[in-house]
Amino acid sequence: MEKQFFFDADTPDPDRVDGRAKVTGSARYFAEYTLPDMTYGVLVTSPVTKGRIKALDTKAAEKAPGVIAVLSHLNKPSVPGYEAPPAEGRGPGMRIFYTDKIYFNGQPVALVVADSFERATYAATLVRAQYEKEEFRTDFDANLDKAVAPRAPGAAEYKRGNIDAYKNAEVQLESEYFIPTEMHNPMELHGILAHWESPEKVIMYAKTQGVKATQQTVTNLFKLQAQNVQVFSEFVGGAFGIALRTWPHEVATVMAAKMVGKPVKLVLTREQMFTMVGYRPQAKQKLGMGATKAGILTGITHEAIGQTATYDEFTEGIVNMTKFMYACPNVNTRYKVLPLDVCVPIWMRGPGEATGAFALESAMDEMAYRLGIDPVEFRIRNYAETDPQRNQPFSSKYVKEAYQMGADKIGWSKRNPVPGSMKNGDWQVGYGMSTGVFTAGRGGATVRAVISDDGMLLLQSAVSDIGPGTGTAMVKIASDLMGMPFEKIRFELGNSSLPPAPSQGGSSTLSTVGSAVNDACLALQEQLAILAGQKTFAGKTKQDIVFSNGRIGLKNEPASAIGYAELLRQNNTPAVEVTKDSRQGEAARKYSIYSFSIHFVEVNVHPATGVVKVTKIVSVGDAGTIVSAKTAASQMIGGAVGGIGMALTEEAIMDHRFGRYVNHNFADYHVPVHADVPHVESLFINKPDPIINPMGAKGMGEIALIGFSAAVANAVFHATGKRIRSLPITPDKILQTKAV
Amino acid sequence: MNFEYVRASTAAGAVSMLAKQSDAVFIAGGTNLVDLMKRGVVSPMRLIDINTLPLKEITLSGNKVTIGALALNSAVSEHPLVIKHFPLLSYALKAGASQQLRNMATVGGNMMQRTRCSYFYDTVMPCNKREPGTGCGAMQGINRMHAIFGSSENCIAVHPSDMCVALAALDASVIIRGAKGDRKILFTDFHRLPGNTPEKDNNLQPGELITHVEIPVNAFQQHAYYLKIRDRASYAFALVSVAAALEMQGNKISKARLAMGGVAHKPWRLTEAEAFLKGKEATETNFKAAAALAMQGAKAYEHNSFKLQMAPNAIAEALKKATSKA
Repeated sequence: MEKQFFFDADTPDPDRVDGRAKVTGSARYFAEYTLPDMTYGVLVTSPVTKGRIKALDTKAAEKAPGVIAVLSHLNKPSVPGYEAPPAEGRGPGMRIFYTDKIYFNGQPVALVVADSFERATYAATLVRAQYEKEEFRTDFDANLDKAVAPRAPGAAEYKRGNIDAYKNAEVQLESEYFIPTEMHNPMELHGILAHWESPEKVIMYAKTQGVKATQQTVTNLFKLQAQNVQVFSEFVGGAFGIALRTWPHEVATVMAAKMVGKPVKLVLTREQMFTMVGYRPQAKQKLGMGATKAGILTGITHEAIGQTATYDEFTEGIVNMTKFMYACPNVNTRYKVLPLDVCVPIWMRGPGEATGAFALESAMDEMAYRLGIDPVEFRIRNYAETDPQRNQPFSSKYVKEAYQMGADKIGWSKRNPVPGSMKNGDWQVGYGMSTGVFTAGRGGATVRAVISDDGMLLLQSAVSDIGPGTGTAMVKIASDLMGMPFEKIRFELGNSSLPPAPSQGGSSTLSTVGSAVNDACLALQEQLAILAGQKTFAGKTKQDIVFSNGRIGLKNEPASAIGYAELLRQNNTPAVEVTKDSRQGEAARKYSIYSFSIHFVEVNVHPATGVVKVTKIVSVGDAGTIVSAKTAASQMIGGAVGGIGMALTEEAIMDHRFGRYVNHNFADYHVPVHADVPHVESLFINKPDPIINPMGAKGMGEIALIGFSAAVANAVFHATGKRIRSLPITPDKILQTKAV
Repeated sequence: MNFEYVRASTAAGAVSMLAKQSDAVFIAGGTNLVDLMKRGVVSPMRLIDINTLPLKEITLSGNKVTIGALALNSAVSEHPLVIKHFPLLSYALKAGASQQLRNMATVGGNMMQRTRCSYFYDTVMPCNKREPGTGCGAMQGINRMHAIFGSSENCIAVHPSDMCVALAALDASVIIRGAKGDRKILFTDFHRLPGNTPEKDNNLQPGELITHVEIPVNAFQQHAYYLKIRDRASYAFALVSVAAALEMQGNKISKARLAMGGVAHKPWRLTEAEAFLKGKEATETNFKAAAALAMQGAKAYEHNSFKLQMAPNAIAEALKKATSKA
């Protein structure tokens, strides 16, 4: 294969394949679907944080106009999968409407189904519940002593070299860091539309990052044939991890649709988005770091406690990055979870690693200042050329180049390194940087490719596109290989009946599904060559054949080329179809495969009011080949926006007397607005990774965010001399923190 | 009884419609009322839509500008008379909400908006303002956004408006239509402190309608500044805001008007600081002294002690910005 993937090649970078549909509103999201006789579900939720439902009076609601049913633990239809004893390891789980138990405030206790959304909403206010309240624990800070080792294997402890070696170092640092609970808050509300077409067959329009995962969950719960469980999720209005599991309210909707024998659509309210679909769990971390006076790391100890639920364990890789990011002989990590009476968390963009990177990359900055070494230089002095955790090479790593690229772009060398020394009128100016890293995975996926005699290429895979531009990237891969223009290629996704693909999460879709697209296109080329060989190319080898401009032909013999459509017509073949399964080979196991990011930011801090403005951003991605420059850049911009939120504005606040969030709406939970976001420069190394996949491309959704918040906190320190270790950095914290 | 939605076509008609029913309310832009209804905080049985009343005009007569109660926040902020005479009001309006909300929200509605206290909005929580006698959820709860002035043991909520802070500073008056005709009160007397009746936000009597706001023409145009400190750059309520309007002779302050938002149950006029500044040089020392005077009697709760530092800083900063304007 000579064909190379370049975003800066002779072909211009194409627009998003779904851009027009999205901006004109013709793209349909789950809540926009309607089915004949459709009904509307509205949830009644618990105002109590722990206990049991003593009595539930649904009579008034049932008599209200338009109400068809009120579903609860008193009358739920049988869900075979809920009858089995709970699985070991993660806690009892949440079997919606299966018991009278209340595990968290805002838990659904009933689902009202009516002929209109308004009537269901009104009737839901008529449901009367009485609760037996039990004492509960929601306060993370007050219960840190109740943190436990996670049940998940291997998550609790890691060590190489000596434990707590930093305590013997020439220069030592011990710092504690805190991040609050952060809500995903995609614009699109969560929910589902479910319809039983027969007692054995259910279809769902869902908001999911994995149509196959939703299909499997419902198949298992209701003991159905998989092909009789169909899930559609063509467009997803943002997810960031929120749609990586099938939530109890989705199962409740499927139950309700079964009960009423009609389609039921359920869309959560914004307030409910805070209480029943997970979040990035708050976490407390302690970094111990030791170095020689020359700035060589001698020991790192990273301890973390993350929140989870009492009924279901959630773990994530908070301490992962510390294990391999820097060449340090002694590293140990301890990770615990603190089960509270709250909804279970779920991965949120850059999961765990984004939490951990805030601590590690803040500590690296603190240590650099303590040593009097430039923060970039300090990182380069401790650069890991090979993976110190697994003792094997990285598949590719261009982080030194990325440091240089970012530093040049933002003008790092022009800064005065003394904290509090730079001014812009009344504003203090600061520069900060950080590193991010995330596993570049590749799973297995299947793609069907069909080329027809009308000149169209259809690609199909049951993957989701939650916004990163999966469809666009897949079309780009096929376009480069087949030498076909974008408009002649269509990528179908978001339908569980298509060939299987994993859920979209963990920055692995481009690598996984893209490889299958690659392989399917190669298989298609072979078929086309065979067809052509029958007439034109007898005796020619694969190396002699080129695919370009929608034509197959012999190298150096332009006259031999024939268009794919014409070739099919000449052979009386309406279409050629191939289906390829693609997954990573064993050889890749000898390498550590990661995507990296470097973030540089400039901030302005107003000392009298405490206001922080991010004024410049340069994010550099080292993620192998960049397949689609436009969507890759958008990923980095989105990560920066999310990073500003994590660093400066976002925090879900709970009143622990009640176990309820007090800022569960878009007015009080502050995601960044346009005015908070400066121009974002996103740069890429754009060098192929020789190991991961045929494109040489690594995922980058997570790295766009990982580390970003530390860059902001480090810049705030440089601007003010104030080291703020508890996010978000709101004006009150600037005013109330003393410069060191 | 069923829920009703009716339209009033005259101010007198609106007032008489309202008088007939105790659980009726006026609706104009609805940017706050509809939210409150959705959340179950209020459940009026009759909405009287006053949007078609002829109360949108902004006019200058004699030495005062009169603004109709139904003038949109966006229209007021962009109106030539407002920009010419009261740039402070324009700044404050533009610091509030979002353009979409300002395109719907009216002057009267802005004055009538309820506090954004979380406990007021969550019907599961206690709140004396929503349900007198249930207690103040914020007092021992999450009170980062709450009052440092004029609170009572019953309520520590703040009024959320930016516009009202500017109007308080500008010595505006409110024209109110009731069954017995019009009455006029000072803007600073319109909103109330919570005292023992936190359920009452203002001194509007049952059956009354705000028809106009009047602002006397002044000479603050060159030295007006609205400083709003918030958790993000737009679409966030004030942690602390300061409206500063000054007349200067050289570097000497001849007249000062100051009001704060985000610190009390009503726009908080800083009369002592104003009196102190009269005749003083515009110096940082004087600004700080004025701010210190303004902070007398401030009282913080568990999560809002930062306001004791932020508020005086904000006063000094707003004065600095206002006096440095040419």
